[in-house]
Amino acid sequence: MKAVLLGATRGMGRAVARALAARGERLFLLGRDPDALARSARDLEVRGARAPVASAHCDLLDPAGFGAAFDAADRALDGFNAAILSAGLFATQDVLESDAQYRRDLLAADFAHSIEWCEATRTRLLSRGGGTLCVFSSVAGDRGRTPQVFYGAAKAGLTTYLEGLDHRYHSEGLRVITVKPGFVHTAMTEGVAAPPFAGRPDDVARRVVRALDLGTPVVYAPAIWQAVMLAVRALPRSVMRRAAF
Amino acid sequence: MKEISGWGRYPVVRAHEHEAEDLEAASADAALSRGLGRSYGDASLPARGTALCTRCADRILSFDAETGILRAEAGLSLRALNEIFPARGWATPVSPGTQYVTLGGMVASDVHGKNHHVAGCFGEHVRALRMRVGDGRVLEIDDASEPDLFRATLGGMGLTGHVLEVEVQLERIPSCWIRGRTERVQDFDELIAALRSASARSPFAAAWVDTTARGRSLGRGIVTSGRYAEQHEAPAAPPRARERLAVPFDLPGWVMDSWSIQLFNTLWFRTHRGHSGDRIVHPQAFFYPLDGIRHWNRLYGRRGMVQYQCVVPGRDGGGVFRRLLEVVSRMGGASPVSVIKDCGAEGKGTLSFPMAGMSLALDFPYRAEHTQAVVDALNELVIEAGGRIYLSKDALTRRHHFAAMEPRLARWNEVRRKWDPDRRLASALAQRLLDPAP
Repeated sequence: MKAVLLGATRGMGRAVARALAARGERLFLLGRDPDALARSARDLEVRGARAPVASAHCDLLDPAGFGAAFDAADRALDGFNAAILSAGLFATQDVLESDAQYRRDLLAADFAHSIEWCEATRTRLLSRGGGTLCVFSSVAGDRGRTPQVFYGAAKAGLTTYLEGLDHRYHSEGLRVITVKPGFVHTAMTEGVAAPPFAGRPDDVARRVVRALDLGTPVVYAPAIWQAVMLAVRALPRSVMRRAAF
Repeated sequence: MKEISGWGRYPVVRAHEHEAEDLEAASADAALSRGLGRSYGDASLPARGTALCTRCADRILSFDAETGILRAEAGLSLRALNEIFPARGWATPVSPGTQYVTLGGMVASDVHGKNHHVAGCFGEHVRALRMRVGDGRVLEIDDASEPDLFRATLGGMGLTGHVLEVEVQLERIPSCWIRGRTERVQDFDELIAALRSASARSPFAAAWVDTTARGRSLGRGIVTSGRYAEQHEAPAAPPRARERLAVPFDLPGWVMDSWSIQLFNTLWFRTHRGHSGDRIVHPQAFFYPLDGIRHWNRLYGRRGMVQYQCVVPGRDGGGVFRRLLEVVSRMGGASPVSVIKDCGAEGKGTLSFPMAGMSLALDFPYRAEHTQAVVDALNELVIEAGGRIYLSKDALTRRHHFAAMEPRLARWNEVRRKWDPDRRLASALAQRLLDPAP
């Protein structure tokens, strides 16, 4: 596998990159902070990724830079065949209600620009006969819920886009994998009260790598969230309105 | 705010815990760094303000496959290190009894292992540290550039500064497997003699002792020893990580009572034959037997447990340990996990635990004043013998007892004052034992 990753310097993306590194895969990192990229690249090399692990600048808030970032990845990997997007913005509902600028940024990054990122990889992958696009959406997109109105809406839109993309291009060789993490302890969820069944990034990474191998279109991670969300999706609105989760 | 506690789950404090990937930024306003929280008592609990949780800051920054020099962020766990390096012929030179510790925690506790008599503490193998000291500066230090700070940080319980990065010399190993043996001994004298000869023969040696046995059987136990297996002795494949059992919830407090501990100890003793002979042992089973059970601290129920570990000087720990075990036995404190081992010479760490002599570690269910009385009685014997206790295990030692054990404390506090004049780093343990009296 020759994978380009945005969001692999942190959290769940970091765990996925390490799982791929341990198998000796070729990786290319995208991100905003050059120091974080360099440190993660060395980390992945020591953990077994094929050296050198190179990187380039890419910011979900600046879609104009996506093309140059993928050009750099293509040059370094001699044409990547997998793209993994785990970056995104996050904030609590209170923050998003009061800070209009951050709300606009979050909706842009987690929905519109994530889709632009996928489109840029999709055209490249299809032009070389297909490949894998793996994107971190969220269980928050499965229902409209009190604590995550905006974040949930962005992720719901992203999930629906990914499903449509899967149906449209599956026959041409594009494998679209939608990852829906439940609550996972990372720096992103720092300070948010953890529900039961909260997972660790490594649990998610194991599921994601398996899905990459098998081409599983939708992955709940950790696995327990598949059952949890089956129940949550079945709850009537009257219950959801009163429930605080 | 949430309730946090060490592995023994006593004491519990309410504090903020901040989990961060960028330790350099996050350490600017934290009161204490905290790794995986495996110290037993209050060493990892902030006295006020925020604990900086380092477990997400776990990147390997460099590794030289020729020299074995590893540099990593302080939150890298020993478990992660063990998954990567032994298969390539390198291992940590010193391993404590659990792999659920971080590099930063191994420095702060200056951990020792079954090989202390030959390898010393972890700190002897640390080449350099990057830290944010109490006055706010970020420094790259080693034993040559800042010997006082470097040595006060080894075993300094995280109170000289936040450890951001650790550079350590790994050890070449011939294989990942252990060639080890166990030997069952019937009384205390036999145990001490067997442990001595095991330590003379093997780099790894320790003894489990049945604290519930009385009279002539007092001090009966099992001596474990071993070394890394040579390549031709070991299975070709590296050991697979083992599945782990888990204690799913808190057991009621009465489960770990003296009768059940006695039963456990007797069964454990009986399952071992007189002498196992040399055989190949899985490294996880050899180094980290308790890691095989996740959340084993839940066995002790909600009230928690305390661990007590002391070291007494000289090659004749036997005399003092016999009296310590008699105290435990008389006061009805039963301990299922009781370990005796040989310690080598005192190392670099200004306040590090080990000294040339023998160390004894005991677990007790926490039972308020009763446990306090047991610890007080043990401490008085240890002071009399010229020994000291291990801060990473302690929750109950009294200030005047600790002062009597630690002539090194004033010197260490002097270094600490120099680098943290405003006492910005603060742990519950420091408040209880280390801070100069107000």
